[in-house]
Amino acid sequence: MKNIHKSPWLLHYDGSSCNGCDIEVLACTTPVYDVERFGVVNTGNPMHADIFLITGGINSQNEDVVKQIYEQMPGPKVVVAVGTCACTGGIFKECYNIKGGVDTVIPVDIYVPGCAARPESIIDGVVKAVALFQEKHDKKKRKERAAKS
Amino acid sequence: MPKRSIVPFGPQHPVLPEPIHLDLVLEDELVIEAIPSIGYVHRGLESLVAKKDFNEMVYVTERICGICSFMHGMGYCSAVEQIMNVQIPRRAEFLRTIWAEMSRIHSHLLWLGLLADAFGFEALFMQSWRLREKILDMFEIATGGRVIFSVNKIGGVLKDMPAEMLSNFVAVLDGMEKELRETTQTFLDDYTVKSRLVGVGILTEEDAIRRGAVGPMMRASGIEVDMRKTGYAAYDEIDFQVITSKECDSFARCKVRIAELFQSIEIIRQAVSKIPDTEISVPVKGFPNGEAYVRLEQPRGEAFYYVRANGSKFVDRMRVRTPTFANIPALMQVLQGCQFGDVPLLILTIDPCISCTER
Repeated sequence: MKNIHKSPWLLHYDGSSCNGCDIEVLACTTPVYDVERFGVVNTGNPMHADIFLITGGINSQNEDVVKQIYEQMPGPKVVVAVGTCACTGGIFKECYNIKGGVDTVIPVDIYVPGCAARPESIIDGVVKAVALFQEKHDKKKRKERAAKS
Repeated sequence: MPKRSIVPFGPQHPVLPEPIHLDLVLEDELVIEAIPSIGYVHRGLESLVAKKDFNEMVYVTERICGICSFMHGMGYCSAVEQIMNVQIPRRAEFLRTIWAEMSRIHSHLLWLGLLADAFGFEALFMQSWRLREKILDMFEIATGGRVIFSVNKIGGVLKDMPAEMLSNFVAVLDGMEKELRETTQTFLDDYTVKSRLVGVGILTEEDAIRRGAVGPMMRASGIEVDMRKTGYAAYDEIDFQVITSKECDSFARCKVRIAELFQSIEIIRQAVSKIPDTEISVPVKGFPNGEAYVRLEQPRGEAFYYVRANGSKFVDRMRVRTPTFANIPALMQVLQGCQFGDVPLLILTIDPCISCTER
């Protein structure tokens, strides 16, 4: 954690989850778990966000919404799939309206399994996402510097 | 001449934890009409009955919604038990009652927090959610899970709570009650909270009936409806009064839910004192054949379960009518004529659970 200098902001979107993971994501931001101590702030605006937390699988109606939110986010960005449904489709995989996990529409960096994913594992995922975000950020900066010189 | 415009609201919106889309027809700042469109969380889990057998379906129904997960499982199990003529042990019924009431406390606290967040009172949001963690800790001690804990099975429950654990829980709830009084007093007395809630979003008694509202929404309009009074599970042995309010506004809905928090603690106390010492489940043999329906009171209102079975291991049809679905017409009524700035708050006052509604 020592080399992290940025405070990444987090955006949460409920794909087609059962709410179980959503309320655990929200629980992470409240006093008992408190991800704000890692500098992570929960935002509602995709344009402000660096980390995209998505719960639940992809269905035909929310597919475009997820893609749109992903495109609206400025780079570099990290996508975290929270819960078994977001990873693979989970228990709803065989439902007629579920296309599968989040990685069927957008690239996913970190998978957090669990039904419902526990706050501890979500925080673990977010901490990994913060580190990955820093890495992507540094890479981008190096590239920009190289392009300048 | 006021200017007419249509503003899209959602599906991704800062105040909504779940996606719902509304088209708001505005005349300047006033909402003239709200047109809902849902389907962002639709999975089609009722169709899973063709792929998962009737025992596996318990786990699927528990995932209709993560907030009232326990009661969804309970509804499905009691419907199948009715079809198969299984009388579950009395202790299992009491345990179900206790877990159901604990779910109600956690759900109402969650709602109070989200409501506080909707009108920008973040400290109150944090307080409510801090208190809610105590209930989740109790779930974890008793069952191992926090939000989805899968203790229902057809024929009873899977886990028992020994007497010592139950008395510990009652002690925790006693302590929690004091903290709850302090926190909820802020909701009831604070000037800023009142200025956002009092007189906002009136749903009259006639409108509530005409629009078929359920649960706290109906009770806050002065109508005494509570499925728990039908005496399913162990509620027939428990003495409680249905909480209503005559004021019909958002503040009344808040008041009703706060009173229900304390009522739930009281119901748990009564249930713990009356719990008999019997088995917790009975073995179930064979496959269900026939049909049954069950109505029960979830934190958000009445839920209805219909199951039809054909004697094979796959159930023919399972249908759930959830409270939020019944409350959406009432919400549309409430939104008509409100200020645009009040829309997120009013959506929250019905305690929306979109994943229940769309399944």
